[in-house]
Amino acid sequence: MISIIIFFLLVSIIIYVLLGGADFGAGIIELFAGPKNKQQTIKVINDAIAPVWEANHMWLIIAVVILFNAFPKIYTTVSVYLYIPLIILLLGIVLRGTSFVFRHYDAYKDSSHKIYNIVFAVSSLTVSFTFGLIIGALMSNKLTAYPANFYDGYIHPWLNIFTISVGAFVTALFTFAASVYLIGEALNPEDKKAFITKAKIASITLVCTGGVVFISSVIDGNDFMLVFLSNWKSQALIIASTLAIPFTWKIISLGMGWMARAFAGVHIVLVLSAFYVAFFPVVVRFKDMESLTLFNSAAPEITLIYLVYALLIGSCIIFPMLGYLMKVFKHNA
Amino acid sequence: MDNLFFARATMSLSLGFHIIFACIGMTMPFLMVISHYLWLKRGEDVYYRLTKAWSKGVAIFFAIGAVSGTALSFELGLLWPGFMKHAGAIIGMPFSWEGTAFFVESVCIGLFLYGWKRLNKWMHWFSGLIVGVAGVVSGIFVVCANAWMNSPAGFEMVNGQAINIDPLKAMFNPAWISQTLHMSIAAFEATAFGVAGIHAILLLKKNNYDIHKKAMTIALSVGVVFALLQFVSGDYSAKDVAKRQPIKLAAMEGQFKTEKGAGLTIGGLPNVKEGKTKFGIKIPYALSFLAYGDFNAEVKGLNDFIKENNPIPPVAVVHIAFQIMVGCGSLLALASLLFIVIRFKFKKELFNKKYLKFIAVCTPLGFIAVEAGWVVTEVGRQPWIIYNVLKVSESVSPVQGQLFHFLAFACIYLILACVAFWLMQRQIKMLHVKEEKINPSGSWK
Repeated sequence: MISIIIFFLLVSIIIYVLLGGADFGAGIIELFAGPKNKQQTIKVINDAIAPVWEANHMWLIIAVVILFNAFPKIYTTVSVYLYIPLIILLLGIVLRGTSFVFRHYDAYKDSSHKIYNIVFAVSSLTVSFTFGLIIGALMSNKLTAYPANFYDGYIHPWLNIFTISVGAFVTALFTFAASVYLIGEALNPEDKKAFITKAKIASITLVCTGGVVFISSVIDGNDFMLVFLSNWKSQALIIASTLAIPFTWKIISLGMGWMARAFAGVHIVLVLSAFYVAFFPVVVRFKDMESLTLFNSAAPEITLIYLVYALLIGSCIIFPMLGYLMKVFKHNA
Repeated sequence: MDNLFFARATMSLSLGFHIIFACIGMTMPFLMVISHYLWLKRGEDVYYRLTKAWSKGVAIFFAIGAVSGTALSFELGLLWPGFMKHAGAIIGMPFSWEGTAFFVESVCIGLFLYGWKRLNKWMHWFSGLIVGVAGVVSGIFVVCANAWMNSPAGFEMVNGQAINIDPLKAMFNPAWISQTLHMSIAAFEATAFGVAGIHAILLLKKNNYDIHKKAMTIALSVGVVFALLQFVSGDYSAKDVAKRQPIKLAAMEGQFKTEKGAGLTIGGLPNVKEGKTKFGIKIPYALSFLAYGDFNAEVKGLNDFIKENNPIPPVAVVHIAFQIMVGCGSLLALASLLFIVIRFKFKKELFNKKYLKFIAVCTPLGFIAVEAGWVVTEVGRQPWIIYNVLKVSESVSPVQGQLFHFLAFACIYLILACVAFWLMQRQIKMLHVKEEKINPSGSWK
């Protein structure tokens, strides 16, 4: 039972990064768009994500629900030790969603849009970066069950050079996904070219920030690098992802919408799998307490069985509907 | 004021905020779907414009409900890790179903809002209907979890560990029917009267557009049904609470003395120190009858519960909130009876000034009742988070500085509420500009 649940947890996280992550990436692209083509960028982004962003956002809810239902100990431990970044994350999620809808449904197009745009773009960046901080904190052995003071217990574990570089990496990852997807959404060749350039810049940033993650792990003195290097599967996955970059570049340059999306997706899945394989089954790592794993924190079997029913029946309903949604809104991309 | 205080404050703020938007997001789609149906069937353009106008409201409120709901799914753990540690495994199941229902809702709202030209017209209508249906279903799942906090079932607590867990029994706990029924009806009632009231206000302000009359008629017709149903469901809920949470019932009614043939206290100010409720109006025997269906049934009072060392909730808050809820509900029921009399007895139009004014006054009443009802059920359970099992104070997060969490969310939610209100005003303004072109003002159709 537990392996089915872990499978669903992974699937929802991966889809959330691929789809929900890209929606945040779109906000980041807006933030960095030059004043000249800002309006055009906003229009493309609006058209692309308006019908689907709420559905994309749902994958986060599914992951959270699986977590607190099947792994309540992980859910509550993360809630306690990463309280502050989670609050920042929530504020960002609330502001991103509402500012996006507000700008879409404001009957008048006046100066208020400046505020929506700024809030949307900045909160997209904040959420992406904070996700990175949280993941970084989980991957480095910095959390302490017996903190000497507030800073050691509730701030330092998620705010250090390593987590910041993971934050930058996740931000680059989301932006990369968004810029590649948007190639297929562009309305004219000029926009298309602009997104191709953006996708290239994002992919370079992604590789660089990826390198920085490893370097910062050494500077920070945590064992992330060691864990990673001691696992040949993770290395193989990362190397595969890196070797595929030239092909992806070529496809991006050609402006092949769906093909580029598929390649970007493969990159992201490879990177996520590398992290997963390196740490499996550990989720929360402490420096002075036993780590929480998917096995030692699982709920009783009966809870897992009912959750599996819910997930299986739920997928029979959700996946066909999502397919229909994509068919209706993305078939012409 | 300590951490526990601010954790409580944050939770009440988040729930109190979310509940309004969730109610609207759940039930407003039904109003929209009725109007859409009338357009498809009768082809009257005014219904098309109304559907479009309402769908914008649905989109705004749904989004705020969705993101504030996301915040809540995290806040359960952030604020109450001691609770979720146990509750996750026991009562997580309805949340997993809620996840599915909410997902269906999100997909369908995308299809409805952006599918006007892309979908077959009945498929499009159907997607709108599913937004509402999935919304109500997801609301039911969430309230099931709350019902479990009031009437815990499906586990045994041994040495601080939950054993013999049965998620099915936990979900379908003894209170689930009465609570989900009461809440769902309340959502329809509040939203329908809220919408009717806004259109009544616009009509009173001399915006005599046909669209407002059609809107008010649809909303009121729905509201009337649910306002009357709510009386039945309220009675059922009261009897249920009397059976399972007699302390809550006593607090709701401000009943301190244990007595047979207890009277119903209307209004009044409970005083725990003196052990009585002052200044209230008593209706003899009514409480015994309403709670147990027998004029001479014994109702146990708070004084006896205190003597037996049972912790009791803040009585004044529960009692007053209960009075507010019942008061608002009664006014809405009165409005409904008037609707029936005017429409069916005198066969008259509803748009006379007096009735419009009454409906305008009713605009916020349903939502006030919803908030007051939540205060009754939540404060009435104190100091327990899981009734008779776990206390709120035992489950609060150990992280200090909850004050800042509260302040941040208070600011954001205040701003969001204001902006949502302002956006509605702008939408209405724009609507009037368009209506004016189609049908110059003042022409009562």
